[in-house]
Amino acid sequence: MAKQKLKRVDLIFSKDCSCKDILAKALKRPKEEIVKDLINSGLKGRGGAGFPTGLKWKMAMEEKGSKKYVICNADEGEPGTFKDREILDQVGLKVLGGMALASYVTDAREGFIYLRHEYRFLIPKLEMMLEKFHIWMEEFDIDFHVELFMGSGAYVCGEETSLIESMEGKRGEPRNKPPYPTNQGYLGKPTVVNNVETLVYTLMIMHIGSDKFKSMGFEGSTGSKLFSISGDTPKPGIYELELGMTLHQFVSEFGDNDAKAVQVGGASGFCVPRKRFKETHIGYQGGLKGFSLPTGGSMMIFNSSRSMYNVLHNYLEFFEEESCGQCTPCRVGCQQLLKGIEAVKRGEKSQKYLDDLLRLAETMKLTAKCGLGQSVGNSFSSIVENFREEMIY
Amino acid sequence: MAKKMIKLKIDGKEIAVPEGTTLLEAAKMEDVKIPTLCYHQDLCVAGNCRVCVVEVDGWRTLPAACATPSMEGMVVYTNSPKVRKARKDVLALLVSEHSTQCTTCYRSTNCELQDLAAEYNIDNEIYINLLKNRTFTVDQSSWAIEKDETKCIRCQRCVRACAELQKVNALDVINKGADMKIATFFDTVMSDVVCVNCGQCINHCPTGALTERRYIDEVWEAIGDPTKHVIIQTAPAVRVALGETLGYEPGVRVTGKMVTALKHLGFDSVLDTDFSADLTIMEEAHELLDRLKRKLVDGEDISLPMTTSCSPGWIKFIEHMYPDYLDHVSSCKSPQQMFGAIAKTYYAQKRKLDPKDIVCVSVMPCSAKKFEAKRMEMNDSGMQDVDLVMTTRELGHMIRQSGINFKAIPESDYDKFMGESSGAAVIFGATGGVMEAALRTAYEVVTGREVPFDGLNITPVRGTEGIREASVKLENVLPEYSYLEGINLRVAIAHGLTNAAQVMDDIIIGESPYHFIEIMACPGGCIGGGGQPIPTNDEIRRKRTEAIYTEDEKKVIRKSHENPEVIQLYKDFLGEPLGEVSHKLLHTKYIRRERV
Repeated sequence: MAKQKLKRVDLIFSKDCSCKDILAKALKRPKEEIVKDLINSGLKGRGGAGFPTGLKWKMAMEEKGSKKYVICNADEGEPGTFKDREILDQVGLKVLGGMALASYVTDAREGFIYLRHEYRFLIPKLEMMLEKFHIWMEEFDIDFHVELFMGSGAYVCGEETSLIESMEGKRGEPRNKPPYPTNQGYLGKPTVVNNVETLVYTLMIMHIGSDKFKSMGFEGSTGSKLFSISGDTPKPGIYELELGMTLHQFVSEFGDNDAKAVQVGGASGFCVPRKRFKETHIGYQGGLKGFSLPTGGSMMIFNSSRSMYNVLHNYLEFFEEESCGQCTPCRVGCQQLLKGIEAVKRGEKSQKYLDDLLRLAETMKLTAKCGLGQSVGNSFSSIVENFREEMIY
Repeated sequence: MAKKMIKLKIDGKEIAVPEGTTLLEAAKMEDVKIPTLCYHQDLCVAGNCRVCVVEVDGWRTLPAACATPSMEGMVVYTNSPKVRKARKDVLALLVSEHSTQCTTCYRSTNCELQDLAAEYNIDNEIYINLLKNRTFTVDQSSWAIEKDETKCIRCQRCVRACAELQKVNALDVINKGADMKIATFFDTVMSDVVCVNCGQCINHCPTGALTERRYIDEVWEAIGDPTKHVIIQTAPAVRVALGETLGYEPGVRVTGKMVTALKHLGFDSVLDTDFSADLTIMEEAHELLDRLKRKLVDGEDISLPMTTSCSPGWIKFIEHMYPDYLDHVSSCKSPQQMFGAIAKTYYAQKRKLDPKDIVCVSVMPCSAKKFEAKRMEMNDSGMQDVDLVMTTRELGHMIRQSGINFKAIPESDYDKFMGESSGAAVIFGATGGVMEAALRTAYEVVTGREVPFDGLNITPVRGTEGIREASVKLENVLPEYSYLEGINLRVAIAHGLTNAAQVMDDIIIGESPYHFIEIMACPGGCIGGGGQPIPTNDEIRRKRTEAIYTEDEKKVIRKSHENPEVIQLYKDFLGEPLGEVSHKLLHTKYIRRERV
């Protein structure tokens, strides 16, 4: 197999730029210009959902009201994703720089880093960074204060409205939308919630310019992103790559020559079988021929030694436990999907029951209250449809 | 300012609705019924059952109609194939985690899940039964409320009722995922938590997960025991709601038929809690005047405002939440307990019965009354004063079990003694009623004249506002009440414990300008009680209230102090209000309770 090397990008972790200088320069520009730049760059949320960042900031900017908030979503919980932890560890100040930028644009005076419970070892380091950052803010004469907020270990709190509920001291459960956080978020005030990586990109776009950012990737999926690569690969780790590569290119470089499937986007993402590697691009939907799959960064490679039944079983156990339990499709649906594939495997239900479960997964996509329940069907359907015989025998 | 109108299309029909109208409400305006489970008019929107999903052109998912505002240009389908399939699936999922022992369920034929499962023809076998191989409990620890986890659909209506209407928060959600369930603090049994037994959770439960603890069989057993003299008292709010359990529209008064039916059931005497409501007014009005005198004339440190004590949900609430303020509560027992104490003393003497042979049954709009009857203090007759307490719903069951054709039976009057009552007693059933009854008597005691309101209807204390206030100026008073001359008697009314808490908080910060406050635990007062027919909502509460006031107007006697049986009781037995015998039998003490 010819190994065409994928181009590395070095924006997130690059140290040959001064976060403080970029910020100093950006904070002298009119807010509208910053928003315009972000919209022009095509940057979309790097947490996985892919909402245009510039638009989000614009919406919060246009909201009236004296109190607004900026929240950095560092509740990195998607199985197979481990990039945010590295960002906070290596270049935390850049994250704070992005938050300062968001606060400048939206007029927020307070910010929070919602830190995943398991990442509490980062607290001392982050506190040191915060100290430095607050001195900068003073120097810039900007009234913006950031605090750490520790999550309590629920996966669903990565969903922004659950995250906000949990910050308000309530059960981590998604809210009804609308209203969206940019309209009524934390304590009912306009709130920008951005992923760790997204915030760094906003700062780096100020540095390199939106046109240069846009020149990477492809229409609708511009720029680069961090990938957390794991599974059957000789070189697991975090890589910053341009969006738009095909899974064939990806596997040629990172696979072990025996990849039978790649799970794109973690447990809530899609499983792509080998026969589809060539036609599947990594990026947001639309823009390119063939399939485009978004990802929060998780890329799990499975080789022929893996049982896809076990993979799916593992995901479903995860969802059965991590559903908040609030809405029917997700709470009961996850249990039914899990118990359903077990029953088929044991021969207690016929193989045709898989079709009932596929229909159920479709209903969950349509009716669940939040992104968690809506995306359980992604991995379920893509695994069951592509590896049906492994489910049965 | 008129709200902005939003144009949208529902099932092909163009409509315009005020901004902020949800799709569910918009559909309802067009007479399109969208099924719901977690939605209840009384409560905030949850959007968690997902039964009300609809299809919207251009939307990737099916939004919940209850939680989605109408938006300009929306094209909505409430009954498309996609919607029907999704709803059916959601219902099948709920059924798969629900005990489908409908044949033996107390809520059978009055269950929202059962109705929808039938409507959508749900196949019980599609999905795997999730109750198998798991342990669930039925909590029967409380005297008032039973909680059956196997029937819970996790809609959280009980949680919201307990928090929003009552500010009690006895029920909440615990755990997540498959283990998520409704539970008490630390999953303690219901009898040991801060629960006031009001039963609003029961009344808002769409299924049989929360029900009252039932005493139907015990009542039948007592009736069937020839050695027992079984008497029944009926609370004011029962007569305007019982009909709903027997096929009548809300708001129909069935007093006379109910009395006939109770006689058919075999009670030895069919009596009225309204009688003891009149008695309560006598004691409570005099207690208020006594408190005012001791404060104004004697300069004693007397707690004012005084609050009513008829509602056992309210009593347990203040015992838990404001134990330092218990001396604000009138020491009068509730009408149910006054009745029991008199029944096993004076009534027994008069009827030449051994009080041990009397079984005192009551039918109440309330579940907290079940707890109240079991309180240690409530045995001043020398034994438990009230033996068995049923809800309006339980009586409906008994009447259906008896085979009586309720609609066909004639009306009859209550038995004597303790069957006579005034209109003032009837209105105890509605919020503001106790206040109105008390004012009709207190004003006349003080001034010698009737209250200065047209037809004795003290309309300022009536209504549905959560907290209301009114005042009556006392002028030209009788000589013995000269200390009240010129005083503007200020009163307030609160219903629903969330409102009660607000009134109490004003007392705590010393900003309560009132002399007397009526507090009822349940929204609407007893007509909206936790023991009333399900459903109960604003519209139904309004109809029951109208019926209560009509009942009052039809009464010949409108004032408690004119009830001839009450007058006779004081003459023969009690002496005077607040007298020694009254004090022993009709007044009580309260308990300081913990907050956790």
